[in-house]
Amino acid sequence: MLRNEKRYLRLSGLEPLVVTPESNFINVGERTNVTGSRKFLRLIKEENFDEALEIAKSQVENGAQIIDINMDEGMLDGKSAMVNFLNLIASEPDIARVPIMIDSSKWEVLEAGLQVVQGKGVVNSISLKEGKEEFKKQAKLIKRYGAAVIIMAFDEIGQADTFQRRIDICKRSYDILVNEVDFPPEDIIFDPNIFPVATGMEEHRRNALDFFEATQWIKDNLPFVNVSGGVSNVSFSFRGNMTVREAINSAFLYHAIQYGMTLGIVNPELLTIYDDIPKVLLSYVEDVLFDRRDDATERLLDLAETISESKSKVKVEKEVLAWRQHNLQERITHALVKGVDKYILEDVEEARNVVSRPIEVIEEYLMNGMNVVGDLFGSGKMFLPQVVKSARVMKKAVAYLQPFIEAEKDVEKKSAGKILMATVKGDVHDIGKNIVSVVLGCNNYEIIDLGVMVPLEKILETATKERVDAIGLSGLITPSLDEMVLVSKEMERSNFQIPLLIGGATTSRAHTAVKIAPHYTHTVMHVNDASRAVTVVGNLLKKGNRVFKEQIREEYENFRKQFLKRGKQKSYISIVEARKRKYKIDWNTNEIRKPKQLGVQVYKDFDLKKLEKFIDWSPFFRSWDLHGKYPNILEDKTVGQQAQDLFLDAQRLLQQIFSEKLLVGRAVFGLFPANTIDDDDIEVYDENGNTKTIFLTLRQQLEKRAGKPNFALADFVAPKETGKQDYVGCFCVSAGFGTEELAQRFKNENDDYNAIMIQALSDRLAEAFAEYLHWEIRNKHWAYVSENFSNEDLISEKYQGIRPAPGYPACPDHLEKNTIWELLEVEENIGVKLTESLAMWPAASVSGYYFAHQEAKYFGLGKITEDQVKDYAKRRNITLDLAEKWLSPNIADL
Amino acid sequence: MKAILQELEKRILVLDGAMGTMIQTYQLSEEDYRGERFATYASPLQGNNDLLSITQPDIIEEIHRKFLTAGADIIETNTFSGTSIAMADYGMEDLVYELNYKSAVIAKRLAKAFTSQNPEKPRFVAGSIGPTNKTASLSPDVNQPGYRSITFEELRLAYKEQIYALIDGRVDLLLVETIFDTLNAKAALFAIEEVKDERNLNIPIMVSGTITDASGRTLSGQTVEAFLISISHLPLLSVGFNCALGAQQLKPYIQRLAHETSFYTSVYPNAGLPNAFGAYDQSAKEMQELIKAYLEEGLVNIVGGCCGTTPEHIQAIAEIASQFSPRTIQNYA
Repeated sequence: MLRNEKRYLRLSGLEPLVVTPESNFINVGERTNVTGSRKFLRLIKEENFDEALEIAKSQVENGAQIIDINMDEGMLDGKSAMVNFLNLIASEPDIARVPIMIDSSKWEVLEAGLQVVQGKGVVNSISLKEGKEEFKKQAKLIKRYGAAVIIMAFDEIGQADTFQRRIDICKRSYDILVNEVDFPPEDIIFDPNIFPVATGMEEHRRNALDFFEATQWIKDNLPFVNVSGGVSNVSFSFRGNMTVREAINSAFLYHAIQYGMTLGIVNPELLTIYDDIPKVLLSYVEDVLFDRRDDATERLLDLAETISESKSKVKVEKEVLAWRQHNLQERITHALVKGVDKYILEDVEEARNVVSRPIEVIEEYLMNGMNVVGDLFGSGKMFLPQVVKSARVMKKAVAYLQPFIEAEKDVEKKSAGKILMATVKGDVHDIGKNIVSVVLGCNNYEIIDLGVMVPLEKILETATKERVDAIGLSGLITPSLDEMVLVSKEMERSNFQIPLLIGGATTSRAHTAVKIAPHYTHTVMHVNDASRAVTVVGNLLKKGNRVFKEQIREEYENFRKQFLKRGKQKSYISIVEARKRKYKIDWNTNEIRKPKQLGVQVYKDFDLKKLEKFIDWSPFFRSWDLHGKYPNILEDKTVGQQAQDLFLDAQRLLQQIFSEKLLVGRAVFGLFPANTIDDDDIEVYDENGNTKTIFLTLRQQLEKRAGKPNFALADFVAPKETGKQDYVGCFCVSAGFGTEELAQRFKNENDDYNAIMIQALSDRLAEAFAEYLHWEIRNKHWAYVSENFSNEDLISEKYQGIRPAPGYPACPDHLEKNTIWELLEVEENIGVKLTESLAMWPAASVSGYYFAHQEAKYFGLGKITEDQVKDYAKRRNITLDLAEKWLSPNIADL
Repeated sequence: MKAILQELEKRILVLDGAMGTMIQTYQLSEEDYRGERFATYASPLQGNNDLLSITQPDIIEEIHRKFLTAGADIIETNTFSGTSIAMADYGMEDLVYELNYKSAVIAKRLAKAFTSQNPEKPRFVAGSIGPTNKTASLSPDVNQPGYRSITFEELRLAYKEQIYALIDGRVDLLLVETIFDTLNAKAALFAIEEVKDERNLNIPIMVSGTITDASGRTLSGQTVEAFLISISHLPLLSVGFNCALGAQQLKPYIQRLAHETSFYTSVYPNAGLPNAFGAYDQSAKEMQELIKAYLEEGLVNIVGGCCGTTPEHIQAIAEIASQFSPRTIQNYA
């Protein structure tokens, strides 16, 4: 219907925007994007819409021709935030005059946005990621809503990262859109992925050039389309160095436009004028962009190091690798602080020739450097991953010196102190312990690491024999808390006097103060944070530190008193009463979906690559003491740079795990007919209706406001007396086969950094596996829903049904794992074992139940009282003592 | 589809005049509106013009006949308010299907009869789809700018119900008209596309916006060009403006529209601006003169009248339209 020469991209707000070949670059405003602007995010979270609208308005006033609106943040209800903000914009003619770019990774948010925009906006974005059918469906709807669309160069395999992949995917997308959906080609905008340059990775060398060439190819071969991109991403590697970032962004943009990019998201604050870029810098940047020389990245990196914010834009060429010109100590310190191991052996060798005895290289040169690291870390200027990298350099240097030192024989290395570290009996989790060990090691403490599942006899024996200065205990699961109590009692009995340090995920200052400290006359201290470990241990081991120790005792004493006082204010109801107040589901009106596949199934060798998009990265950063939510943490002012570096390293190792199959994923799961009996127990049946086993659940007893139920998991399964057949499931997944061997291999190479990394990644993969499997259960095996969710939705658990895990708040009873193990024959099927404390081995494993009912939800059991414990002991057929031992963290102190 | 395209190639088509204005001339009472069927209906029904297709079908048929006799090529069904949203004012949401269907049947029967009398001048029925009485992109409450009294989804469903009935009643075209909020129109177009998909049919769509005043914008704030871009994502038969202004005031906007679009164009202005009593006094002759200016410039393919236009006006318009050739799209595309 339209003559070809007039097939332009036409958009509208209250006023039109037509993109013709004569148009200048179309600038998309990006400040109204919660993922890009912390200020905007804060305003939206605070519902300060007046100011949020001001941001939108000032963007338009400052020349944005389209404004990008993005509300993708875990804490926001993206859909309603999008609708609300777009509605508000519609009432502001100064803003609404420009077209809207509705930006989200979630289709439901995009669609909600399309339903409130009267003009012709742009959807940002869709792709072939979820397959052709989904793509066509979305494109058809977008056309019907009357919007243009950004197509990401992304397909079922992944994001396009080469020239060929970019053009293949864009061509395929174009053909589908134009030929099969009848989508107007002028309404297509391709985003062929702008990736960071100068990352140091060989495969990223052509990132910019591939984008340029792909852009040109698209313009030449796919008639009427436009090309767009998020420009600031290209300089991601130089975060923190504004001068270089601006130069890269501007040069990139300048060239991208020449190659045919017509619109894009550009942060004007990260842009300089192309002609203003200093000539040397520009030529280095362009060498990188066009991949003009093998050492282009290194040269730019070296140059960048010499350009600080203050002395930006000065002659810099001379300062390339300037630190190599410094004196020996400065060079060693630099290498340690920056974690650069490239020259360390060379420098250490030089130092060895200077000193009279090889040990002095460690005692002087290296320790001087590590002291700087320690100071920077202590003052919050360095972060944990950096310190661990420093440790790697240190270890390398020490390993090199070792033979020389031993040749002298007579010397004993002087250390700041000897610390014994152990994960207690029955527990297998040791990432935190390893990190603390490394950090203390960096600070010249000698670490005796006894590893995991260490019996208390061995701990005390070693402590005596090695004459250690302190003992550090770690544990993740709740039974470990009791084990720590036992250690403290035994230390008292054996007249130990050294400090006892407690750490690990389930430990707390409260538990340490209330349950451990009273048993041991000497210092007991909770240290849950690697960055505090150095200071704490330093103070504890200082001579004449009585005052410090007394302070701690007093502090813990007060804390205990206060805590106990607080505990008494809560009141509980009897288990009989609690059962009356159970959560009541109306089983008559609720349809129960029978699982498609009943019985037990096993995945023996699961392709872990499939889990990649199910990974929740935030806990990964937490395990490295970097706090913040992924992906925002990558842009965080304080830890952003570190988080990025860490993330890059993690990605590298993760891809290696996938491609070399370093880890094995296994899963067993089963779905069974089941009914609740006697309020709190779930009877599980076989296919003939015979009882196979019984899950015991625990019920909340805290007195609540009238009308608030006291939950037990059994409430989510239909009671037998309803006469309705219900179902329940359970599972165990592991991504930990191979982890230990790999970690050991890294440790042997003095690479604690990667040893910890592999553990952290295994844990993430296990969690991702559980998330993935739950998705499969919901959609395929039980098949009670059919979803299309993004990863963020999964992480924030926006789906129907739950998978509580024994040992966690909804069912703190670890003994339930035995029941699951028998029912699913977990050990026989996939080899995951239970320790005597019922920790899973390998550690990177997750087990739990499945409840499908739409009203099923997570809750915390809280404290229970003696009557339920007695009742439970009877149901479990164990002694009261044993029941108390297992449930002790949850028994109220009345 | 083919039939009307052929006609549009040949000549300027004439749309009918104001249904509401004609109904007024009958001076119907509350009882007339109610008829036998709704004699005991709980709420007042006077003014529910769409209902007359059920209670006074003869009057509606007579109005259609007058416009056809005057020379209209396209007549509009009496369904301007035929959505559950607009009918909620009378509590008659349940009647939506029936009154759209009946209205379509009445118009179609008459149009067929006229066509068979003179096959050289085929007549067409356009299913009238009004804007409803709510706005999807404006808040009715100045203190709550983010609030909306209607959603896209509600509009889409309401329109869909109307569209099914019009199509079942065999209308030849669908006319989304008097658009003061483009988002409402987009919901109607969305619903039409869904029905087209479901029924696998290709019914032509006319779209007609309303420029409310001399600001040259729709009520929801869009300029002519922005409005055009916002509704051009679907293959339309025609796009144009109607209502609110007279032929004289509307002309500059039609000029801009005709210049920008490669769809056929339509215009059906009011009979001038209303006088102090809300009535329209522009005579048929006066309006004919004004329309002539459009035709001389070759601005339109479809022309008719909105508020205040009677069969005399339409006859005058038809007379002048027959003397000019239609706007040719090729000139502008």
